[in-house]
Amino acid sequence: MEAVFEVGQRVRIADRTPPVHHRVPSYAKGHVGVIERVCGLHGEPEKFIRGNGEPRQRIYRVRIPQTELWQDYEGTDNDNLEIEIFEHWLEGAE
Amino acid sequence: MSEPWGPHDLGGQEGGPIDLAEHDTAYWEWQIDAMVRLALKKNLISDFAELRDGIEQLTPDDYDQCTYYERWAKSLAYTLISRGVISEQQLSDQVDAVRARQEAEGVA
Repeated sequence: MEAVFEVGQRVRIADRTPPVHHRVPSYAKGHVGVIERVCGLHGEPEKFIRGNGEPRQRIYRVRIPQTELWQDYEGTDNDNLEIEIFEHWLEGAE
Repeated sequence: MSEPWGPHDLGGQEGGPIDLAEHDTAYWEWQIDAMVRLALKKNLISDFAELRDGIEQLTPDDYDQCTYYERWAKSLAYTLISRGVISEQQLSDQVDAVRARQEAEGVA
């Protein structure tokens, strides 16, 4: 399965809350990051609930500056969160 | 920051001190672990994502008061009932039967 996004591309994490397990913490929703790594495929968490997880989804490691996530962040601009996010939670960003 | 999803979605909140004390695993906890792995192997539940979902569906009070494997046990029961593998009645009958046996043996 072809990866939709490539390393270095800017992406936004969707801000939505399906009422089942979905592996995206609320603090990261709606934020923009950069694709740090294209990872493998795994079943979609939401579709494992009374289902089989199909179709499998591409996972990406997304890098977001901590200063972007936390208003009062006291560390440096070089501190990042790297978080693995499924493709169906991402859209291209400016 | 979006609204939290469930009592587990705590990132960014004050958490207080972390309890680093070691503890032994009780026999019933091994049993719950084994039951979850057996249910996965037999496709009675689909993936750890489905076990996670059952944990995230706990009420905040249940979530806070339950230990790690108590959450697994509640999630496994919820998931197997939701999937129609067992009924609530069967589960409660079985719990009654085990309690009665333990009382008879003087275990409980």
